[in-house]
This record gives sequence, C-alpha cells and structure tokens, in this order.
Amino acid sequence: MATSSDPHGLASGSVDIDPFWGKLSWDIFPFYDPIVLGTFIGVVILGLAVVGAITYYRLWGYLWKEWFTSIDHKKIGIMYMVLGLIMLLRGFADALLMRGHQAMAASGSEGYLNAHHYDQIFTAHGVIMIFFVAMPFVTGFMNYVMPLQIGARDVAFPFLNNLSFWLTVSGAILIMISLFVGEFSTAGWLAYAPYSGLEYSPSVGMDYYLWALNIAGVGTTLSGINLVVTIVKMRAPGMTYMRMPIFTWTALCTNILIVATFPVLAATLALLTADRYLGTHFFTNELGGNPMMYVNLIWIWGHPEVYILILPIFGIFSEIVPTFTGKRLFGYTSMVYATCVIMILSYIVWLHHFFTMGAGANVNSFFGITTMIISIPTGAKIFNWLFTMYKGRIRFETPMLWVMGFMLTFVIGGMTGVLLAVPPADYVLHNSLFLVAHFHNVIIGGVVFGVFAGIIYWWPKAFGFKLEPFWGKVSFWCWLIGFYLAFMPLYVLGLMGVTRRLSQFEDTFYSVYFIIALFGALFVAAGIAAFLVQIVQSIRKRDELRDVTGDPWNGRTLEWSTSSPPPYYNFAFTPRVYEIDAFAQMKREGFVRPTTGFVPIHMPHSTATGVVLAAILTVMGFALVWHVYWLAAASFAAALLYGIGHTFNYNRDYDIPADEVRGIEDQRSAQLAQAAE
Amino acid sequence: MMTDSAVTDASKFYVLDDPHHDGDHAHEPPTMLGFWIYLMSDCLIFGILFAVYAVLGQNYAAGPSPADLFDIEMILVATFALLFSSVTFGFAVMRMDHGDLRGTIFWLVITGLFGAAFLYLEYEEFSHLWHIGATPMASAFLSSFFFLVGTHGLHVTAGTIWLIVLLVQLSQRGLTPANTRRVMCLSLFWHFLDLIWIGVYSLVYLTGVLL
Repeated sequence: MATSSDPHGLASGSVDIDPFWGKLSWDIFPFYDPIVLGTFIGVVILGLAVVGAITYYRLWGYLWKEWFTSIDHKKIGIMYMVLGLIMLLRGFADALLMRGHQAMAASGSEGYLNAHHYDQIFTAHGVIMIFFVAMPFVTGFMNYVMPLQIGARDVAFPFLNNLSFWLTVSGAILIMISLFVGEFSTAGWLAYAPYSGLEYSPSVGMDYYLWALNIAGVGTTLSGINLVVTIVKMRAPGMTYMRMPIFTWTALCTNILIVATFPVLAATLALLTADRYLGTHFFTNELGGNPMMYVNLIWIWGHPEVYILILPIFGIFSEIVPTFTGKRLFGYTSMVYATCVIMILSYIVWLHHFFTMGAGANVNSFFGITTMIISIPTGAKIFNWLFTMYKGRIRFETPMLWVMGFMLTFVIGGMTGVLLAVPPADYVLHNSLFLVAHFHNVIIGGVVFGVFAGIIYWWPKAFGFKLEPFWGKVSFWCWLIGFYLAFMPLYVLGLMGVTRRLSQFEDTFYSVYFIIALFGALFVAAGIAAFLVQIVQSIRKRDELRDVTGDPWNGRTLEWSTSSPPPYYNFAFTPRVYEIDAFAQMKREGFVRPTTGFVPIHMPHSTATGVVLAAILTVMGFALVWHVYWLAAASFAAALLYGIGHTFNYNRDYDIPADEVRGIEDQRSAQLAQAAE
Repeated sequence: MMTDSAVTDASKFYVLDDPHHDGDHAHEPPTMLGFWIYLMSDCLIFGILFAVYAVLGQNYAAGPSPADLFDIEMILVATFALLFSSVTFGFAVMRMDHGDLRGTIFWLVITGLFGAAFLYLEYEEFSHLWHIGATPMASAFLSSFFFLVGTHGLHVTAGTIWLIVLLVQLSQRGLTPANTRRVMCLSLFWHFLDLIWIGVYSLVYLTGVLL
C-alpha cells in the first residue's frame, strides 16, 4: 500500500485508523474555514426551518405515504425534479464562489479561497451539476412525461423506479455530507488517475466521490433498464415505433445509452476504488498500472453521458416547437434517424477529450472526424425545428422563448465544439477556458434552457395550473444575458491561453474579463431567483392560472388528453393510436371523453422498500468512506437481507374498483362542465 | 389493421379494457425483457474487465506470469463443474415446464451443488495464489486477473444465494407464475455466467498457459 505523510490522519493507508471509529474523529469537521462554517450555520438554520415547518403542519405522514413510498411514475418524476432543483442551488452556489474568487484573484488580490478549497469547489460543482442536477432533471422528465405520452399507466417496474430515485438521493446526500464532514475530492469531476489514486489524493474526499457515484450510478442504470422496457413493451395499441412522440424516441435512445454506458462507469469506479482500498494496480504508476487506461475508460462513459443529457432535451424542444407553432413537426422521420445516429456516434468519439494524450495522428484523426460528423444530425435537428416554425403561427409563450434562446446559443456552442474537434486546434485550446466556455455553452444553452422550457411546458400537466409568465420571462432574460456575459469572456481568455481550474493569477491583465464573467454569474443568479419567485407567485395565484381542460397549450400528444394533474391510473381507458400526433388527431376528429363503462384497473402497491434500502446503503457508503468496516459490513448485510425479504412479498398489485374510477372520472366531468359554463 | 370505418366512433380512440388481461401474465413479458437488458449491462462490466485484462495482462512487474501460476487441470475440473451446472439447470427448467415441482427442486439442488463445487475450487486457487505471494497487489497483471475472475466468482456466489432463496420460495408456494418467472430469470443469469466463464477460461487460462 502506498504510504504518504498526512498531517490530518485522513489517509486511507495510514496506520492510525481506529478499529471502531475508522478515520472518524473530532477534527474532521472543517470549521476552521469561515466559508464552510457560515454555510454550515445557514444550512442548519434552513434545515431546521424546513423540518420544523413540516412537523408543524403535520406533513411527515403525508410525505411518507403519498410521496416517499409512492411508486407512481408521476410522483417519482416530480421528486426527481425537486432533487435537481435543490442540487442546482448548491451547484450554483459553488459557481458563484468560483466566479467571485477568480474575479478578485485576477485583479491582484489573493481572493478568499485557498487552492485546496478552490479545487474542492470546482470538483463539487462539476459532479453536482452533471450527476445530481442535469441527470435528475432529465430522468424526472422521462419519468413523468414518457409513460403518459405512450398511453401507459406506469413504468414497467414501478418499485425499481422508486428504488432508482432513492439511490440517486443517496449519492446526493453523501456529497452534501462531504461539505461538513471531512472534505470533498480535489480531482476534478472525472477524477483522473493517478492523481485520484491513494498516493496523491489520500483524503476521504475521493472516497466520497467514489461511493456517491457508485451508489447513484446503480440507480441510474436500473432506471435506464426500466424505461427502455417501458417504451418497448407498454406502448398503447397502434403506437408503432414510428408513431411515438419525439420526446419518447429521445427517451428511448437516452436510456439505451444509459444501459450501454453506466456499467462502464461502475466498472471503472470500482477499479479505482480497488486501487484506493485494496492497493491494486489498475491505474497507479507502479507495478504495471496504466493511468491512461483510466482516462479512456472514464470517457467511454463520459462522452455518451453528454448525449444522455442532451437527447431528451432535444425531445423537449421537439414537443414545444410544434405545439406553439400549431403545426406537426417538420421531418419527423429525419428527427428519429438523427437521434439514433447521434446515439450511435456518441459512443465512438470519446478520445476527442484527450487528443493531447499522444495516441498518434491516425487515432486522433479518426476521433476528430467522428466528432465532426455528429454535427450533421444535430444540424438536421436545428433545421427541422426552424422549418417547423417557418410559416407557422408562432405563439411566443415562455417555453418558446427558451427554445429561441436555445437555438441561438446552442449553435454557437456547437460550432466551438467543431473547432475543438480539430486535433491541431485542440492542442492549443485543450484544458483552457475556451473548453470551459464551450461545454457550458452547450450544457447551459442546451440542457438548462431545455429544462426550464420543459418545466414551464409540463407544469400545468403536473399541477393543474400554468406558471405565471411575467417572472418566467424575467428569468429567461436574466439567464440569457447572464450566460453570454459569463461565458463569452471565457472564450476570449481561453484563446489568450488561460488554463482552467486556476485559483491564482500572476497577471492582472485578465481582470476585466473575469469581472464581466462575475457579472454574468450574478445575472444568472437573478435568473434562478426569478424562477423561484415565478413558482411561488404561481402557487399563490393558482386559482387565476387554473386549467381544468388538461390541455392548456393546445397540445398534440397523449399526455394532454388526460386531466391535469392526471389521476394515478393516468388513463381511465388505454388510448388507441393511429398517427404521430395522436391527441391532435383525436381533437380533429371530435373525440368525446368516455364517461361510462369503467372497469377495474390493475395497479401496483406503494412500498417503503426503496427508501429503506437506499437509507441503509447511504450508511454503508458513509461507513466505507470513513473506513468504519464493521458498520459497512453490517449495513451491507442488512441491505442484502432486507432486499431478500422484499422478494418474499408476493402481494404487490391490486385492482382499483370500477366504482372508484367512476367517482374520479365523474368529478372531472363535473369540473369540465363547470368550466364550460 | 383497423380502418376508420370498421370501428365505432365511441371506442375508436380507446380500448375497453378487459380485466382478464391484467393478471400476472401481463407482467411476464416485461420482466424477461428487463432481465435480458440487465444481463447485457452486466455483460458490459465483464467486457470492461476483459479489456482491462487485455491491456494489463502482461504487466507482470517482474512478478509471476500465468505460466508460473495456473494449475490448468484444476481449472478444467472447475470449468466442468460449472458447465454441468448449466446442464442441470436446463433439466430443472424442463421439469418446471412439466409442472413437476419436486423434479424442479431436485435439479436446482444439484445445480447449486455444482455451483458450490466451482466456488470451492476457485477459493482453493485464490488462497493458493495468495499464499505464494501472488496477490492482487503484486502486479497489474494479478490485479486484473483477480478482478476478472473474482467478479465472475462473486456473480456465481450471488447466483447461489439467489438459488437458495428461490428454493425456499418454491417449497413455500410451488410453481406459481411469479416463481416460474424467477426460475427463468435465474436460469438466464446462470447460463450467462457460464458463457462468461468460457471467455475467462479461453482468454485467461488457456491463452495464459500457452503464452
């Protein structure tokens, strides 16, 4: 095992590990740092306020029964969105800290973050934003919308869905714990070896990273399998593959990618974990280990991951554009093929992340060319959206604003991506702020804009009232302006040669660019605040914003054919589909909602197994991080026994009586009649 | 294919659900497909471990090489134990198709014994290697060897535990649709591990001894 001098006794390999407490001791709390201490106090106060409010209003039972143990795909979808939103605030706080610090550090002062703390913050920012913001948002949309779009009553494996969600939460909790107990990784969001190995990163930060992602990754893989099976097996009669809504198509491709890549991440992280815990030599510098293999393996997962995030977002835009232009999507077939081609190509471009590793001109050319080819199907998508809008009756509601912002911004980001795909250019721009600007350009301009567009678009479906437009527009403009102010200077800085992940600057020449970028980040902060105000205001004014029709935007796909919010069984009768925009056809041909003839509906029971298993595994992860092996073994055994115990429960489904269905549907009939008056 | 004129307007756009379709049968097909997809994702984990072995398998770091370490005869016995267990699992599924609970349980027990024999031989091999100092920490070759073979062994262990649980459930409830579905899933899992082992045996052991 590697030995290293480690003043805090945090090293995995050091001898002073207590047999009972592992590496836990009183000096693991980083409260000597005023920033962490301040955050900790803030979090404690806020946390106590939330817990107090829930207790005061006696909501624990309701939350537990109706949400935490629910296996309704709609509730799980909403919980994913809430998780994403909470973690967005955390991840964005990290971003503001970095922007503020760099603006000061580039202007001649030292800034307020030491290098070690700064490294933790950029690592946490990346990990949180990808794994616990973008992924939950995207998975949340797929969970909520996709089964409704295909006319299903739930996903294929409802319990597994609940477990997947809680495993993701488990990972998020471990990351949040690392803020106040011990420290987080300093190795960047992909933890390149050998730096992430025991010799150079002896602290528990890397272990938090590994166990959080291992646990959350299992959840993501299970969710991927679940959603693929749902789409393949549970489509409404008549919905052939080429009649599926585009969002469902993108969800299918994304989940195939998840199943095809997250096992790679699991294996890679497991090997790195073995290097750190057992002293093996997969990615070390000694005894035959190969650190470059780590970089290859992690990007074989990492590049498809980018498309896992963006494909469903393309799907969201492909739903919004036809709805708000009142036309069917231009080039449905080409959109499907473009999605599939991107899915396949995304798997053979990973090496463009490390052209400079020295694989040679031939290898670099191959990966450079495959990368550039991806821009062709992506370009086809952009043109499809433009042609859909061409001569359409465009309604500039808030989701459409996000679409416009996306198309402009994403094209810029895509073009800088093609620049980076040229290996000689990449040798100059690699690891610079140009790269940072590029991927924020596509992730913010693509994923984040799409998430906001999707939230505003499907909010009325989920809650029965629209989001109030004024603050939504304020949020959009703040984000758009903020994005350009924050990242255009980074392109310039990158071209001038400033590398990423710097906490200190010798030269004050760059000061003005960093200060502009800071202002951009503040604009984005205003955008996030406006979004929160929008939600609060909309909830307060929900009676004015109420929509009882279930179809507030004149939608075209099946999710708009049921009530808002949909009943837990989604559809009283399974829809029958004849063409691409199923609900548009139903409306065109005068579909009348059935009000009689209800039959019992078969549904699964709620279960606490998912929450409990994830809780046990969180304890296991924490115990492993701190080398408290007895606790890790005990919680592993508990999880195993509890999981086996769950398989002895054969009573998992029940029938909703026809009378109950009739009651709910009659209530809706009454609402509709009242609204029509 | 239904044409517009063939259906009455009332039910053109929805299905009058037949509650009989919603029994356990309706859930059978998704489970098998889901399990297949899970196996493919697991296959990818083995794919990565094979790739890692291919990259690191000759980095002996001045330590022992496969020719020094592998007892190919014992591995052959272990291989046959595993192959036979696949055959006996096949017999179990055939008895299950005939609705023969006792026959199913009998062949599953035999399968479990073969699996246990395989695991015992693997344990013997690993502990022998450990004793002569060929630990996973000794070289990258040994790290990747232990992880590839060990991950397979862990899967067999998990499969054996699952088998025991399933035996309890079969004796409690018999060949219910839920239980036969589970036997089919475990059967897929078991044959899959056999397939992986054939890869391990040829690429790691045979090739290693030949080189």
